[in-house]
Amino acid sequence: MQLFKTQPDFDFIAWRWHALLVSLVIVVAGAALLFVRGGLPLGIDFSGGSLIVLEFDEPVTEDAVRDALAPVEGEKIVQQYGDAGANQMMVRLPQSGPEVGTSLEEGAEAVRSALQASGVGGFQVVGQELVGPVIGQELRQRGIYAFVFAMAGILVYVGLRFRFSFGVGAIVAVAHDIMVTVSLLMMFGYELSLNVVAAMLTITGYSVNDSIVVFDRVRENLRRMRRDRFDRLVNVSINQTLARTLITSGTTGFAVLALYVFGGEVLEGFAFTMLVGVISGTYSTIFIAASVAILITQGRAARRSAQPPAPARTPQRQPQSRRPGRKSRVPARKSA
Amino acid sequence: MNRNVQWKLVVVLAVTVLSVVAIYPPEERIRLGLDLEGGVHMVLQVETDDALRVESETAAEQLGEQLDLQGITVASSSAVDATTIRVEGVPGDRDAEFRQIADDQVSASYDRETGAGGLYTFRMRAPVEATLRDESVRQALQTIERRVNELGVAEPIVAPYSVGGYQILVQLPGVSDVARAKEIIRNTALLELKIVEDGPAFSQEELLEARNGVIPPDMEVVSGVSEALGSGGPGSTSHYLVRRVAAVTGRDLRNARPSLDEFNQPAVSFSFNREGARKFGEVTGANIGRSLAIILDGRVHTAPVIQSRITDEGRINGSFSQEEAADLSLVLRSGALPASLTYLEERTVGPTLGADSIRAGVSASLAGLIAVALFMLAYYRLAGINAIVAVGMNLLILMGFMAYVGAVLTLPGIAGLILTIGIGVDSNVLIFERIKEELRSEKGIRAAVAAGFDRVLLTILDTHVASLIAAAFLFQFGSGPIRGFATTLAIGLISNIFTAVFVSRTIFETVLARRRAATLSI
Repeated sequence: MQLFKTQPDFDFIAWRWHALLVSLVIVVAGAALLFVRGGLPLGIDFSGGSLIVLEFDEPVTEDAVRDALAPVEGEKIVQQYGDAGANQMMVRLPQSGPEVGTSLEEGAEAVRSALQASGVGGFQVVGQELVGPVIGQELRQRGIYAFVFAMAGILVYVGLRFRFSFGVGAIVAVAHDIMVTVSLLMMFGYELSLNVVAAMLTITGYSVNDSIVVFDRVRENLRRMRRDRFDRLVNVSINQTLARTLITSGTTGFAVLALYVFGGEVLEGFAFTMLVGVISGTYSTIFIAASVAILITQGRAARRSAQPPAPARTPQRQPQSRRPGRKSRVPARKSA
Repeated sequence: MNRNVQWKLVVVLAVTVLSVVAIYPPEERIRLGLDLEGGVHMVLQVETDDALRVESETAAEQLGEQLDLQGITVASSSAVDATTIRVEGVPGDRDAEFRQIADDQVSASYDRETGAGGLYTFRMRAPVEATLRDESVRQALQTIERRVNELGVAEPIVAPYSVGGYQILVQLPGVSDVARAKEIIRNTALLELKIVEDGPAFSQEELLEARNGVIPPDMEVVSGVSEALGSGGPGSTSHYLVRRVAAVTGRDLRNARPSLDEFNQPAVSFSFNREGARKFGEVTGANIGRSLAIILDGRVHTAPVIQSRITDEGRINGSFSQEEAADLSLVLRSGALPASLTYLEERTVGPTLGADSIRAGVSASLAGLIAVALFMLAYYRLAGINAIVAVGMNLLILMGFMAYVGAVLTLPGIAGLILTIGIGVDSNVLIFERIKEELRSEKGIRAAVAAGFDRVLLTILDTHVASLIAAAFLFQFGSGPIRGFATTLAIGLISNIFTAVFVSRTIFETVLARRRAATLSI
């Protein structure tokens, strides 16, 4: 079976500005949401607080539980947890704050005793997460470090193996994916938890993976197609790897979709993030990573051609040279 | 068949067998994380200031005693905070002598500062402070470890959580009575036996009436339950004036066990080691007729009158339940914590919740795997089998390696597993697409397969190394679930290079070696 009967030849580079507009709309919408809500929606892993999962003996409604919890101070979130048949409810309390001098367990205790007093029915606590402010802060910091260092590591590696402009292209693509993902997370009401951050870091890896496959092809073609313009060459490379890009995204998409549908409550945020990331990663590979690499390369070439042409070290025949700076733009790299 | 191909087949078979051996039997070999098995994860802060305060108080006291012995009277010698001792009112004419004594006593750990009017401040040196803090975390760690072991938890984890933060990570898989476990871990269990100078009394004012409301410098007031006073109703507290320096502490205990008191109520009996017995004998012998307060964590439990010289045994009465008596014996046996603990983080997963997660994770993985397998078969025909074998083997090696190194499978780990499936498929797709391309240029099947693998090898190495870099940083800086994810991902990446490149190629070569194929089902 073939995805494309013959080698596809779409002009992706010509469409990059349109594509960029779509991304921009999503990111701006996300930024607006961020502004309106006054910050990222942090889960208790990062903001601190208490999360209690209760299993009731009889079916209960969210409202009944909410009413029962009226005496408990603070802004409570009550949500059904898992399947409807499981009779499980999740209660979330904000950070009680060290200045109040409350201990970590206090919020959970209050929830338990309020529910017992109200008579909404028998229940048991099947899970609880209590995160103090110190740990929340630490997890936040560690998450940021992991992110920044992973990005820097990838930039260095791609820069060394390919060329600097490719590294920048890969990182811009990743940054794009992260922004789009965060925007969509906010639109669909998901919170940033440790799992979601892990998913975002996975997207980073995935997106870079995709970009590298295209860059690899560009590098190979640089040796074969010396006479073509760089942007043309990149477009050919994207087309040559297009079948692979789409098939891989498709299969990974399947796997992640399965995770989203069957993975249960705990993995839902993770799977959603991955799903968005896979789609965005594919898209950014095609439209963004390569475009940035082209922009930087051409920008340099333009700057160089403005100066008196440097004497070429190895004389090359270039009969149909359309641009004077082409020679320095597309050097045959020693890397192989 | 080509010798080379035969050798490759042997390698593939050997790796498969090794992985199966490592995994079998899976219920025992695959260790599940807390989120899947159920249990509790806690991060505790060791309040190292406590340990420093004890150190400074002891030093201040010893200095005061030494000055007394030399006949130098000072207004006070006390610890003003955890790391500072202040001595006030040193007589001017004995200044040189004081300095001599102070240098002998505390200069090893404290720096001396001279103030006006016979005021001296001693500050703990930074390296001493750091050592003491580290030491108290280490002691707390050992104590918690002993307690957790006595609780009988299978495969607990007690480990330092962050360097410099004085935090301890405790993970207890499969524990259901979390409240009790927490109480046992947190219990400071500082046992002190002090001679009672006065009391009991209902209030501190009443207690100090005879002394005009002033607590003598070498004494302190501790409170406790009021059973000794009888009247005054339940719940009211009685106060004791005791000597500040403990006659004997929990450090001198040899053993502690639950027992019964004279009214057949649960109590805790303890016995001393040789050093403790000697000290206890001395103190009880010299104080016959007075009371001895048995103080646990700053609270008087009983204050019996010393009838005779006792050397080896004591008993803590109080209103214990049988379980409380047993738990108290446990913590006394395991020794006192050098400092109190506060809980910073607690995550409890009930066994049912964990089981739900396993079911969800496993069914998601299977569904993903089946969907991907069907697609690969439809799209690549026979070569799809190749990819399925490669991906299946990747998962097998991954699980085998995790079982071998004892890595824990967590829910994010399962997600990592699914991602590994994705990456494995990706590598195969890359190779197959390349082979198709090479076939188009009509090179002949074998040449096309060889070229496909050779050309793509570099791409696969590049993508994998970049992902490995990301995984390494995730592991280095990530916490809990992120680490589990990074571990699975890293192992999956490495084994994928083997399966996608080596195993898959071997299968191709084996098939091509058997027949002179004119077409390739891809």
